[in-house]
Amino acid sequence: MTGTVENTYAALKEKARQQYNLRHEATKTRIQIGSATCENAAGSEKVLEEFRKHIVASGKEDVVLHRTGCTGRCSREPIVTVIAPGKIPVKYERVDSGRVHEIFTSHIMGGKAKAELMLDSTEQPAQYELFFCNSARCINPAKVDLVGLFYDKLEQNNISAENARISKTSCMGLCEAGREGEAINVLIRPGKVIYNVKKATDIDEIIAAHIIGGKTVERLIVGGNPLGARFFELYGDSAFFNRQSRLALRNSGLIDPENIYEYVMVDGFEALAKVLAKSDRGWVIDEVTKSTLRGRGGGGYPTGTKWSMAAKENNETKYIICNADEGDPGAFMDRSMLEGDPLSIIEGMMIGAYAMGASNGFFYVRAEYPLAIKRIETALKLCREHGLLGKNILGSGWDFEIEVRLGAGAFVCGEETALIHSIEGERGQPRVRPPYPTTSGLWGKPTVINNVETFANVPLILLYGAQWFKQIGSARAGGTKVFSLTGKVHHTGLVEVPMGSTLREVVFDIGGGVPGGKALKAIQTGGPAGGTIPASLIDTAVDYESLTALGSIMGSGGMIVMDETDCMVDIAKFFITFSQDESCGKCTPCREGTKRMLEILDRITAGKGEKEDLDKLERLANLLRKSSLCGLGRAAPNPVLSTMKYFRKEYDAHVIDKVCPSGKCKALVKFEISEEKCVGCTACARHCPVACISGTPKHLHVIDQTRCIRCGKCFEVCRFNAVLKNGKAKA
Amino acid sequence: MSHTDQPCCTDNWPQIKAKSEAALPRAIVEYIEQCRAKEHAESQLISVLHKLQGTVGYIGKEQIDAVAQLLGVPAAKVSGVATFYHFFSLEERGKFLISVCLGTACYVKGAQQVLEKFKEELGIESGETTKDGMFSLQVSRCLGTCGLAPVVMINEEVHAKVAPDNVAALLKMCQDKA
Repeated sequence: MTGTVENTYAALKEKARQQYNLRHEATKTRIQIGSATCENAAGSEKVLEEFRKHIVASGKEDVVLHRTGCTGRCSREPIVTVIAPGKIPVKYERVDSGRVHEIFTSHIMGGKAKAELMLDSTEQPAQYELFFCNSARCINPAKVDLVGLFYDKLEQNNISAENARISKTSCMGLCEAGREGEAINVLIRPGKVIYNVKKATDIDEIIAAHIIGGKTVERLIVGGNPLGARFFELYGDSAFFNRQSRLALRNSGLIDPENIYEYVMVDGFEALAKVLAKSDRGWVIDEVTKSTLRGRGGGGYPTGTKWSMAAKENNETKYIICNADEGDPGAFMDRSMLEGDPLSIIEGMMIGAYAMGASNGFFYVRAEYPLAIKRIETALKLCREHGLLGKNILGSGWDFEIEVRLGAGAFVCGEETALIHSIEGERGQPRVRPPYPTTSGLWGKPTVINNVETFANVPLILLYGAQWFKQIGSARAGGTKVFSLTGKVHHTGLVEVPMGSTLREVVFDIGGGVPGGKALKAIQTGGPAGGTIPASLIDTAVDYESLTALGSIMGSGGMIVMDETDCMVDIAKFFITFSQDESCGKCTPCREGTKRMLEILDRITAGKGEKEDLDKLERLANLLRKSSLCGLGRAAPNPVLSTMKYFRKEYDAHVIDKVCPSGKCKALVKFEISEEKCVGCTACARHCPVACISGTPKHLHVIDQTRCIRCGKCFEVCRFNAVLKNGKAKA
Repeated sequence: MSHTDQPCCTDNWPQIKAKSEAALPRAIVEYIEQCRAKEHAESQLISVLHKLQGTVGYIGKEQIDAVAQLLGVPAAKVSGVATFYHFFSLEERGKFLISVCLGTACYVKGAQQVLEKFKEELGIESGETTKDGMFSLQVSRCLGTCGLAPVVMINEEVHAKVAPDNVAALLKMCQDKA
């Protein structure tokens, strides 16, 4: 049997290679365009069409279009990458029809990159670029600074920055190779060559043969198929990307999500083939347990343990479910993976199903994600057509089938028992656990439910080994975590970093900090079940335990940055409004408690709060935490409790001083005109929508407080900073 | 034999069947028949309602009864499910469904003001439809395009970085399409 699986997979890989080579002839220039919900919203479909027209009009036959998923660089979309044979790939940002024309004329026709439109750079690409693996794990405290030596030797050889440029990247997944002595790894593009450099003479050889002579140094090349190489070949020069470690997102934005051959070409289904060939369920569970992979949906439950519990159940029918009901506001990691690399998730799910002994699987996807649903359905169809789903998968004799079920806009369905009820066609209400789903789940059968990101990591563990996965990450949790970084931050998008990275690395090093010269106030993680972490704790290393200790949670990975203009009481109210709206109504503490908490917060933000309200709010919050039926209710008070803990002064200001310090709560804002600064230009009076500002030209203007609706227009339009908001002038 | 196992168990079943089929588009009736042939047929209720709303635009009382009869589940359950999930609409909606995202990222970037502007321009509250049947306004909880916040979805199309000043232009664009 073993030989059969290996042969079947080898045949599939061969077919993929042929198909891939047909589409991606090495002599052709490839124009790569992202396509996911946000890319499309930013106009990527139009861009694709415009390129197509340009290619036809130019009559060029050596240019091909390549549609991929999304890399998660949301604020710069649509992103277009031009990969010319033998040249460094060039990425362009915010491409629209006009820019398509410029790029096509200059770059495709003229061979000169359009530097001013490039992503994260304004310089012409060099002839060669060198990326040093700068991962903390494989850099030994070298006695000889090999990277420094590289710089020196390039200079000695009179090689300018136009010829060779150096950057550093995070982990390339070469940890084993890097551990020999004081070696360093360097990726050279174009060509995706990785060298393991051990001593000064190696550097001389690389410079002489590769950089000057254009020939690779076979002796120093790192073998195998390092995971980071593909990603950094494209994105190694960008600070947003090269500090990330892309495991779960390894293929997002690199391959066409609707083409199974491209997935197979990046080792897709190799882990599954390995598992089926080995035919040892215990081994799979052992590996996943040893890897310390924990649930990425937020709970952080060890995946291997969950699988082994279900595997031990003696039942002919078992189910596995992929929880793709990403309901947290401000989180879109799962959508991006479903749209950009659905086959990785399917493969991970199949490995899980095999390990626990499930015959059927379900994707439970939000109905709000139409493109994700389409891509998953396409991917499942492709799997069936290629013998990867259905009967006798890869000739192993194992049968497995996956079905897609849609959510219908209920946040609580992310809770596993509610999700099961929803798949059963019921109202999505949770029930008391135990029994846990691994004992009695869907239709009373043993069921494993894992998140999208958890599954996406599984193939890597079996391909590269549990030890490899474990050492990327913190002591308590292996691997990486994907965050969707949004809010008041320069670079919004998807960020994947090793567990244990600090918030500072994510928000400042990768995200570029807060725009507009404003100060960082807080970071919200974990959505409505999470908490708000103050700027003072920015050096916290992020993992499940550290965030829980701060009163927040890891959650599914939403990370929203807030600046000084955001009011923490208002944010707490926002989340309680959400939880109150989404409470399913089954248990009293959650149904009534969220309602009363919201009423109290409404009072406070309207300026009608009293001191006792704060005590009541805290008591109620603790009660909900202790007595609610499911995670939604138990976690609903977190936004309130964490803001009360870290921003108590703001609550006091609202209640005692009747002032909203950030000026967000309208009822607690007062606009006045400064006698010293007002020059009587009349701008405020002309813009006031309710005409409550009186004054004649060149004389002091006055706001009638009884009629002011606190819209802030006068504050915005005053060029002399004479309008004061809560006594303070515009900065 | 219980009602759930087999719908055709009463004397007046032919009449009920005919009435139920008349209340639903042909494609939905066929879809329900396919569902009934599968294991755990009752679990397909949510997908039937999705198909129905996708075809008709909303789920009316008559359709709830018809689905219940043909799928063989109690009408109370169909109604319970249809009202539980936000995605289902029990009333006819306008030609253009405007969903203003009030997810956290959109909220901190000023989506509330965008919503207020839509309300002002259309003269309706969230959850209502304009008298001419052109626009329905609703609030949605995160469309997952937070990087482009604040976003507004009009029917299937996502509009990025919407400011209150763009609202009038968006409405005009819809009116031009209609």
